[in-house]
Amino acid sequence: MSALARVNDFVVKFANVNGSGSASANGLFAKSILRMGVPVAARNIFPSNIQGLPTWFEVRISEAGHLGRRGGVDLMVAMNPQTWDKDVAELEPGGYLFYDSTKPLPPEKFRADIEIVGVPLTAMCNAAYTDARQRQLFKNIIYVGALSALLDIDMAVIEQLVAEQFAGKDRLIKPNLDALHMGRDYVTQNLKGIGLRVRKADAVGDRIYVEGNNAAALGAVYGGATVCAWYPITPSTSLAEAFTSYCEELRIEPETGKARYAIIQAEDEIASIGIVVGAAWNGARAFTCTSGPGVSLMTEFVGLSYFAEVPAVIFDVQRGGPSTGMPTRTQQADILAAAYAAHGDTKHPMLFPADPGECFEFGALAFDLADRLQTTIFVMLDLDIGMNEWLTKPFAWDDARRLDRGKVMAFDDLESGRDFGRYLDVDGDGIPYRTYPGTHPTRGGYFTRGTSRNPYARYSEEGAVYVDNMERLLRKFETAKTLVPAPERHDARRVTKSGVIYFGSTTPALHEALEMLEGQSRYLNALRVRGFPFADAVADFIAEHERVFVVEQNRDAQLRTLIMNEIGVDPAKLVPVNHYDGTPITARFISGEIGARMAVRPIVEAAE
Amino acid sequence: MTYILKPRLHHPHLQTNSLGYTRRDYEGSVSTLCAGCGHDSISASVIQACFELELPPHRIAKLSGIGCSSKTPDYFLGNSHGFNTVHGRMPSVMTGANLANKDLIYLGVSGDGDSASIGLGQFAHCIRRGVNMVYIVENNGVYGLTKGQFSATSDYGSKSKRGVVNHDSAVDLVSLALQLGATFVARSFSGDKRQLTPLIKAALSHNGAAFIDCISPCVQFNNHDGSTKSFDYVREHNDAVNRLDFIRPRTPIEIDHAPGTLEMVTQHDGSVLALRKLDEQYDPSDRAAALGFLQERQALGEIVTGLLFVDPTPKDLHDHLETVATPLNALTDAELTPGAAKLAELNASLR
Repeated sequence: MSALARVNDFVVKFANVNGSGSASANGLFAKSILRMGVPVAARNIFPSNIQGLPTWFEVRISEAGHLGRRGGVDLMVAMNPQTWDKDVAELEPGGYLFYDSTKPLPPEKFRADIEIVGVPLTAMCNAAYTDARQRQLFKNIIYVGALSALLDIDMAVIEQLVAEQFAGKDRLIKPNLDALHMGRDYVTQNLKGIGLRVRKADAVGDRIYVEGNNAAALGAVYGGATVCAWYPITPSTSLAEAFTSYCEELRIEPETGKARYAIIQAEDEIASIGIVVGAAWNGARAFTCTSGPGVSLMTEFVGLSYFAEVPAVIFDVQRGGPSTGMPTRTQQADILAAAYAAHGDTKHPMLFPADPGECFEFGALAFDLADRLQTTIFVMLDLDIGMNEWLTKPFAWDDARRLDRGKVMAFDDLESGRDFGRYLDVDGDGIPYRTYPGTHPTRGGYFTRGTSRNPYARYSEEGAVYVDNMERLLRKFETAKTLVPAPERHDARRVTKSGVIYFGSTTPALHEALEMLEGQSRYLNALRVRGFPFADAVADFIAEHERVFVVEQNRDAQLRTLIMNEIGVDPAKLVPVNHYDGTPITARFISGEIGARMAVRPIVEAAE
Repeated sequence: MTYILKPRLHHPHLQTNSLGYTRRDYEGSVSTLCAGCGHDSISASVIQACFELELPPHRIAKLSGIGCSSKTPDYFLGNSHGFNTVHGRMPSVMTGANLANKDLIYLGVSGDGDSASIGLGQFAHCIRRGVNMVYIVENNGVYGLTKGQFSATSDYGSKSKRGVVNHDSAVDLVSLALQLGATFVARSFSGDKRQLTPLIKAALSHNGAAFIDCISPCVQFNNHDGSTKSFDYVREHNDAVNRLDFIRPRTPIEIDHAPGTLEMVTQHDGSVLALRKLDEQYDPSDRAAALGFLQERQALGEIVTGLLFVDPTPKDLHDHLETVATPLNALTDAELTPGAAKLAELNASLR
């Protein structure tokens, strides 16, 4: 087996022990490659644990710009004895195993078809440091230094990053640089290079490198959110924390130093959504962020928001379910729970960002939509987008843009004698006007309730009145179709009767898979769903094709179910492709699944 | 029925307050509660208190949960925005509403099922956050709308209408509110309007978390022998520690009581609480002593009423969060959105 030889196109995986300080060293590694102009996609695969359990960091290096997971590993940095056997097994034939060679290992611990790169990290640390914590932390930096020599990473770039990271704590810079050089020098003096190499390129452009939760939080700031109520839950916690720190930076009244925001860490998710509903009822833009178990708890309020028509924004950073499920692993498994949250007949708009750039964009848009549609808007992130740094288009904002507060009657409207019926469909789009409490001394007051009422908000249990209102809510949902982000279509290079529908964090892996499939002469038109309710383009796309794969990261094909239910498609036409082991979906998985099914049942293409 | 509007006609010489509102302007729809329900008396006290305080009705937001008591906001302040929320979850909605606009007055109405059973958690947390509000629990010790089940404030050993004896300890919301840091705590009785109305006025003028536990007998399901929340039982065991006269800011104080029996407490807004002591030992400025006193009297089967604790210069949630003076719902786009130039800087920091 010949050793892999690749430039700017390989996968490095770090196997570490949680809490050992590896995260910042691994981050340094990924970012140094990025600074060399080579796109990277790095993913944390971590346990529900603070210290001691296995954790991995997978870095995809791809000058071609593939930012999804590819599948397989070309260089394993095996720093965790607990997972050694599995880590070694995961390497591609011809791949490289980097390990701490301080203690000799028996030959059966290795594979014949891989290259072994040993660096006596522990021995080097023990010789250089006396303090136990230093030994542990600098071991990580030493391996980054060693890898920089093996992969030909520009040392000046790493040194610059270290200086940036420890700016203000300058006394830490030198010991870190010393450790880097210790690793680098060992390799240059004792080992020969390997077949994997990073070469300077210009493929990153103006893109930024950021986590989706951070981006969504910034979107909430730009979207005008002033009230955030939340309850800690992985993987959404960092969204509320990022919102807090952005507000501290961007939302302080200059004259007084006072806060133009209010953030409450609530006692639970029910109180979180209750605070959001109360604030939005009273005219403030408000949101909560949570994950599946939190959505379960919030459903009664979501039903109230739907029926009483109170705006709310929920960022659902999805994780592995059901129940506590796999709390630190990724899935797209709350689609149905969010779409139909609450008892009775309800449905709720959802936005599906595919990367942090869209997390920002949809994060801001969600507040306009919530006010415009006077209902709960779900922004459906997942752990992969939310908690990993992604290379993404820079955030953009048009200073001419105004926040859309929706249909709100102000004092002058009421004073002029305009008819106000809180649930009256004046414009035929199903959306009524509302008033904020305290607007006018004698007009525009009304009683908000979760029980049935007439268009003037007066209690009514009459069947016809109830049905009229429920039908109006359906008209409003039709209006929502035109307001949520439209799907994005990518056509194959040849005419085809096969299509694929996908959304969210699956996107980069799916795009790569389409290239792989084209390499096998398998062509598919692709439609990325970005919003619910589904635009008519979704139904049109399905109608145009004989077979449409629906790729998603859950067991039960939830998006497929939603499409079948809402569009009324023949289930036989929609072929589920589901990946749900908790790791982010890979391009190889998608191309393998779709390729196998296309091989078994090819569609005879019409002659062109 | 709640959908019936009261006729607008009224006596031409009906008294108006300085804002030009009559008492009728503070009323709401016709009550759908049972004839004689204690809750309707509390609604009447709310109406009277708001009229006398000369509050602009539209500047009050009234919120409730679910249950008989939670229906009552429909029956007062018809020009105010109201929100009949989710069972047990009114406190969170009121917290959010308060965050959005600190300039309105927030009146939360709840029941013992709503606040002591399903909503005990939210009750506790909104009190401990110091939401600036008046929180009234119309406490009848029973589930009325579902016809007579015990609630969590039913006393140990009390009997239901069907003769079942309650073996669970009662939740005492007053003690909880004291322990959780409420800055105004009172207990009253729906059958004692003279005591209740000034308490509501004082609470509405209080700039912090004000809680009133109001025993309000259920004439249908909890007004029998063996009940500790019946009209007769409460009248017999009512142990009022003080009598409150509420004096609005800048109003001349004319009260004729023997010196030494009257304590004057000036609140943040300049209003004065003139407290006539009925129990010599009772000190409403001592939170810890109040808790002990309540426990002792409760053990004797007494129902302590009156203004039980007040901190005249409280801090509220907005003080803790250091929010701006402008209500958050009135901030402009420019104040909310940092703009494209700032975003370019942020982009640069993420490369």
